Amino acid sequence: MFDQIIAAVKEQFTLTEVSGAGPVLRFITVPKDQAVNAVRFLLEKHGYKHLVLLTAVDFLEVGEFQLTYLLHNPENKSDIGVRTRIDREGATMESAHDLWPTIATYQRELREMFGIRFPGSPGVDDDFILEGWQQMPPYRRDFDTKVFAESFYPQREGRETHDPATYMKEKLYPNE
Amino acid sequence: MRIDDLKKKMVASPDGEEFEVDPMTDYFCSDRPEVVKPVKGILEKFYNWARSESIWILGFGTGCGAIEMRPLMTPRFDAYRYGIQWRPTPRQANMLIVSGYLSVKTLKRVIRVYEQMQNPKYVMGLGSCTINGGMYYDSYNTIKRLDYYLPVDVYVAGCMPRPEALLAGFEKLKQLIREGNAEGANDYANRFDWYKANQKAVILNWDMPDYNW
Repeated sequence: MFDQIIAAVKEQFTLTEVSGAGPVLRFITVPKDQAVNAVRFLLEKHGYKHLVLLTAVDFLEVGEFQLTYLLHNPENKSDIGVRTRIDREGATMESAHDLWPTIATYQRELREMFGIRFPGSPGVDDDFILEGWQQMPPYRRDFDTKVFAESFYPQREGRETHDPATYMKEKLYPNE
Repeated sequence: MRIDDLKKKMVASPDGEEFEVDPMTDYFCSDRPEVVKPVKGILEKFYNWARSESIWILGFGTGCGAIEMRPLMTPRFDAYRYGIQWRPTPRQANMLIVSGYLSVKTLKRVIRVYEQMQNPKYVMGLGSCTINGGMYYDSYNTIKRLDYYLPVDVYVAGCMPRPEALLAGFEKLKQLIREGNAEGANDYANRFDWYKANQKAVILNWDMPDYNW
């Protein structure tokens, strides 16, 4: 099943990687400028008409975000994830809201949590979960959430942690 | 609600008449809260007894602790036998249970809900998240101690506390009310500026009146 689809995708797009095992799941990686068209091709020609999710992974070391469009075909119950890498610096991606209106919500979330811009996506610059956020987008890996939380939110005195083994030894058997 | 909804606008009535509405003054009362002094003597004791026996909780769950309310309402633990019941709107309730972690976005709604409740009103912090942040101590988006933002009468520790712990918390609150020590609403009115400063320090897009009810 996947062999035919992947061969058909290969004819039109540059496939840099195919991964995944088993009868129902594959991931394909395509260049940034072809990603939305590959998603459109799978939707229109191969029945992958349900968008499961759009998510991002921060590859800080190589300075890239990986976007994954996970698609589902309800007829043969199979999934294909279309992956693409985009630059972390000034991250921008083509919007796909003409394929599914709901993808605008994912794009809005990615704009807020990762700082990836999707020009033209409806409502993409509205606050989603973080109202009035002024820091770096919090899902970027170089955002130190603990340092931020300690400096921004007042905390109760006396919160301390102990190593369980040494603490119990001190309390229970102090002379040994 | 968005900021634009709070601007002055023309509204048409059902029979076609147009009139101007200023939501900031027409929908909300922005006067500061006032301290309600207790009545003297035995009458206040009677009031406090009556208040302690009719704790009406707002059915508003902020975090995972809301799941503890269901067993509490239903026959196994049956909190109704203590005069405790759940109500659908803030106007009908006199107790707010902040059940678990509180994100900044929810905190804003919780503050509005608390201010809409009528005096006398009580707040219970449920779970360790409201006490010291709990397992969300390093989260970028949750507050770490509730009593900086709302006057808390009783904390129930645990992650999660069992319904029995909540019932013990209710008994403790009843005791405080009967002794006349559950004065959270008056504390809120007394230290209003301190509470508002704390709230505004974390809610960065403050787009509502300072006090609205």
